[in-house]
Amino acid sequence: MKKGIRKTSLLLLVFVLAFGTFLAACGGDEEENETTNEQTETENGTEETNNDETTDEGNMDSDLAEDQTLRLNLGEEPPTLDPALATDNSSGSVISNVLEGLTVLDKDGEPQNAMASDIQISDDKKTYTFTIREGATWTNGDPVTANDFAYAWKRVLDPSFPSDYASQLYPILNAQAVKAGEMSIDELGITVIDESTLEVKLENPTAYFLELTAFYTFLPVNEKAVSENGDVWANWTDDEGQFYVTNGPFKVASWDHQNKIILEKNDTYWDADSVKLQTVEMLMIADENTELTMFETGQLDWAGAPYSAIPTDVLPFKRDEGVLNTIPQVGIYWYKFNTSQPPFDNAKMRKAFAYTINRQMIVDNVSQGLQTPALGVLPETMELKAGGYFKDNDIETAKTLFNEALAEMNITADELPPITLSYNTSEGHKKIAEAIQDQWKQALGVDVSLQNTEWKVYLEDINNGNFQVARLGWIGDFNDPVTFLDLYKELGGNNDTRWYNEEYTTALANAAEEPDEAKRNEFLMQAEQILMDEMPIAPIYFSTQNWLQQPTVKGASLSALGSLKLKNVYKVNE
Amino acid sequence: MAKYILQRVVMIFISLFIIVSATFFMMKAIPGDPLTSERSVSEEIEQQLRAYYGLDEPLFIQYVKYLKSVATWDFGPSMKYKAQTVNDIINDGFPVSALLGLEALFLAIGMGIILGVIAAMFHNKVPDYISMILAVIGMSVPNFLLAALFQYYFSLKLGILPTAGWGDSFEQTILPAFALAALPTAVIARLTRSNMLEVLQQDYMKTAKAKGLSRLVSTFKHALRNALLPVITYLGPLIAGVVTGGFVVEKIFGIPGLGMQFVTSINNRDYPLIMGTTVFYSIILLVMVLIVDLLYGVIDPRIKVSGKGKGGE
Amino acid sequence: MQKNPHKATDFQPLTKNKELDVISRPSVSFWKDAWRRLLKNKLAMAGLIIIALLTFLAIFGPLYGSYDHRTTDLENKNLAPSFESQHLFGTDDLGRDMYQRIWYGMRISLFIGLSAALIDLTIGVIYGSISAFSSRTTDNVMMRFADILSSIPYLLVVILLMVVLGDSVNSIVRIIIALSITGWIPMARIVRGQILQLKEQEFVLAARALGANTKRLIFKHLIPNAMGPIIVTITLTIPSAIFAEAFLSFLGIGVEPPAASLGSMANDGLSAMRYFPWRMLFPALFISLIMFACNVLGDGLRDALDPKMRK
Repeated sequence: MKKGIRKTSLLLLVFVLAFGTFLAACGGDEEENETTNEQTETENGTEETNNDETTDEGNMDSDLAEDQTLRLNLGEEPPTLDPALATDNSSGSVISNVLEGLTVLDKDGEPQNAMASDIQISDDKKTYTFTIREGATWTNGDPVTANDFAYAWKRVLDPSFPSDYASQLYPILNAQAVKAGEMSIDELGITVIDESTLEVKLENPTAYFLELTAFYTFLPVNEKAVSENGDVWANWTDDEGQFYVTNGPFKVASWDHQNKIILEKNDTYWDADSVKLQTVEMLMIADENTELTMFETGQLDWAGAPYSAIPTDVLPFKRDEGVLNTIPQVGIYWYKFNTSQPPFDNAKMRKAFAYTINRQMIVDNVSQGLQTPALGVLPETMELKAGGYFKDNDIETAKTLFNEALAEMNITADELPPITLSYNTSEGHKKIAEAIQDQWKQALGVDVSLQNTEWKVYLEDINNGNFQVARLGWIGDFNDPVTFLDLYKELGGNNDTRWYNEEYTTALANAAEEPDEAKRNEFLMQAEQILMDEMPIAPIYFSTQNWLQQPTVKGASLSALGSLKLKNVYKVNE
Repeated sequence: MAKYILQRVVMIFISLFIIVSATFFMMKAIPGDPLTSERSVSEEIEQQLRAYYGLDEPLFIQYVKYLKSVATWDFGPSMKYKAQTVNDIINDGFPVSALLGLEALFLAIGMGIILGVIAAMFHNKVPDYISMILAVIGMSVPNFLLAALFQYYFSLKLGILPTAGWGDSFEQTILPAFALAALPTAVIARLTRSNMLEVLQQDYMKTAKAKGLSRLVSTFKHALRNALLPVITYLGPLIAGVVTGGFVVEKIFGIPGLGMQFVTSINNRDYPLIMGTTVFYSIILLVMVLIVDLLYGVIDPRIKVSGKGKGGE
Repeated sequence: MQKNPHKATDFQPLTKNKELDVISRPSVSFWKDAWRRLLKNKLAMAGLIIIALLTFLAIFGPLYGSYDHRTTDLENKNLAPSFESQHLFGTDDLGRDMYQRIWYGMRISLFIGLSAALIDLTIGVIYGSISAFSSRTTDNVMMRFADILSSIPYLLVVILLMVVLGDSVNSIVRIIIALSITGWIPMARIVRGQILQLKEQEFVLAARALGANTKRLIFKHLIPNAMGPIIVTITLTIPSAIFAEAFLSFLGIGVEPPAASLGSMANDGLSAMRYFPWRMLFPALFISLIMFACNVLGDGLRDALDPKMRK
């Protein structure tokens, strides 16, 4: 009896201890918990009221929210804030809001004057003269001059400077030779005529040059800030953030590495009056599901493109709720064939496999982001031939081509070498590969095995031709066909397919030298036609950007190239 | 004893040398390097980048440079995060991971020992079953699932805790700490139970009972002390693992710790960062193992005797 | 053979134990006795039954229903579980029958878990006991080798292994190898710790005095006495192997699709948790059941096999 009581009391003691630990850990700040609760409630309330009034853009001033803080998630730590070193989306997302180039792209992807107040283009389209905006200043008080651009571009093209994206500047006269160390930097086609005039000579009439000048590699830097501080000017750890001299609508207030970047409105920006946001908080949370939960609980104002992605399974539901935003992206998802090995050294075999794919099915049921089935290689923003070059899921033709190919190769279907479809490890790629694996089996009766590998191993394999069919994607840097077509111009680089076609290369060379837009488009279409006749790549779909934004966030326009200008964003009251 | 510790410290340095060398050659052996990218750059740029990062030098020279950087504890800049040196990344990330890890460790040890003791004392009775079922549930659910479920219920449904993030409030650490603690709690609980059962059978426990010590006293004073021995074996590597952060938990909860760097540095082939994190982790692990071995002697007198006897030979 | 470090004064006359003199029960073999005790342990029996049932289902479960585990049917994706459609566990995001996939996945997960545990056990016990019984220097070197192995970044080892092995071996074998590279270390540590603790105890001394050699000591006396922690560690190894496999498939050396393990299926179902809970629920449920059963059975075995628990 006594023993029993002792046992019970001991048990109680232990449970009390355990509970105490738990409560101590959980209940620390009850008050704060309550405020979080309230916040969530008001945010929920927001959604309801705001769904009704969609056209409040007109009287924005009266509705402007008191707290102009935008919270978004970059998804990862930006590797650098130096425009000359940046190569990735998260760096670009910060940089392009704190630095401003000669032009900026509007939401339709059209270049608009920014730091340049006037742009003159010569008749042969090979000389551009930029007039720098008067009154534009750096955060250190210096005026923005033509020299800041010349300095920034020469810095990128300096052979001793480690800039991955230097080739973005290659349309400039002699740029490639300068970067390769074959020419002196003085021979570069950039001339600073005076403080406010910059003259740029190009190799070829480059139709998309003004789009390029909006790209981050073309952004200006303040010579004094850079030359005095070296790389630290844009890459700082603790309190050297003061060296980061910028000229854009925002400035970096703090950079807590791997955790958070805070931007503040730049009051010295030339167009500061139209900047409404006071603060932008940029988090670095890698997990998409976490991001979505944070959005739904009001801890984020934005989720998904261009910084991150909405989980695929969630897309249809958010679309049904009417809260999902979708716009096309200048990007394609494709399968590359290794044309140096049987069976895909045979064009008919490649076409048979490409035609079999049921793209509509994949877009509707697997990727689910309202992507467009790709029946060519140029996305709709730069489309040359409407409707594409072949029919989606054309099993009839595919079967004919398949048999013809077998006949040409002099083998039966059973003697086909084993085929492996490779993709880099990711849920989304796996699903598409599994679906296509099954489609090939159903239509052609070919058993294809799947192989997934770690990203860098995968890239090495593809580079070395160690694959048969491999998935890759490509996102355009600018809205022009050559961003896609140039990939297959020559062997090496990003071609990967081991496919080379003289006619194709000639067509592209002709297009590059052609100043007349209509004639140029003809050459480009000719090239795309050859690519689709030979089919070294099987296009799958043109990508889209999907995102969610709180109803209080207004004025945000995402471009097809995936840049979101925070300058025009503002928040309204619910 | 001093001689023994000295020996072990020498061993740690030898081990470190082997670890650094093996890691260096392995990371060079796997396909891909820091410059491998979906967008291959043109040849002249690639060459310049290689020269800049010292990747064009002979392997042996690179190896010697790495050894030097490890010896001077200056790993140089990260190849991916151009704003930070490897030392910065470790100095920033480790306190974050360690703080979260210690919180989780505290929870795991507390809950684990309590559950284990209850289970052992009520062997094959209802409290035993309940404790073990609780422990088993903790280890039955993969931690990515547990983390997601925590976020779903405590943040989205109940709205009482923040979903993720770091540095704004203490509440942000609660969900990740519990997610991190689940597995060790279960392991500790079961090890404690199993050892307690064994110890409770031992003669000295009978002696204690015969001396008239209460069950509570004898359990905590004698049995627990002896039962914790294998738990401590487990704690060594556990502490090393937990304070350097967990990849899954840090990723899901957006924690700027060191744990994610172990995986992402390898994915990025960020050579200096791989070396830095590896050396750092190795030191912690090796020192923890040493401490555990020393503690063995303190906690279990029998081993101390044998250790001395052997050392005297 | 090492020298016996003990002086004559270390030996004490055996105290006469009363219990030893009483024949309390008929003589039964060790295993029979253990089995008898296991049968009495309700929780352990529940675990045993669950494992038997799951094994049975993994083998014969696919016989029900007319679906194939690998055929996609995009028009019927994400169907909720129902009897009418014969999709007892619903379908996944490619319209494949979850019921079939679960059993195939369970085969893979169970196979991987058991093989990895077996390998870890073998290497760990041999390594740990040799280390504990060797000279101080050898012991030190062996344990430091284990430390070194666990310090080298695992991901690096796995990527290298994947590149070296390539397609030459089956993906499941590849996973088991990857899991075993470092998997045996905790087992070796535990075994060594146990033996160090046991080997100075009186019964070992007695056995030694009676002329037992080291091998006999290890296998007849020390390992059976260390069985408790060993079995607990094994039952920890099976779950961790199954989880580690999910992590490996996340890194790209998992089971080759369209096959999938339970771990990777649960991982897949994670983002669908809110809308298609069955895609996460069933794999997670069965993983948890395996874990649960392994663990409670392990605890039961521990109690049953422990020679000290014989009454």
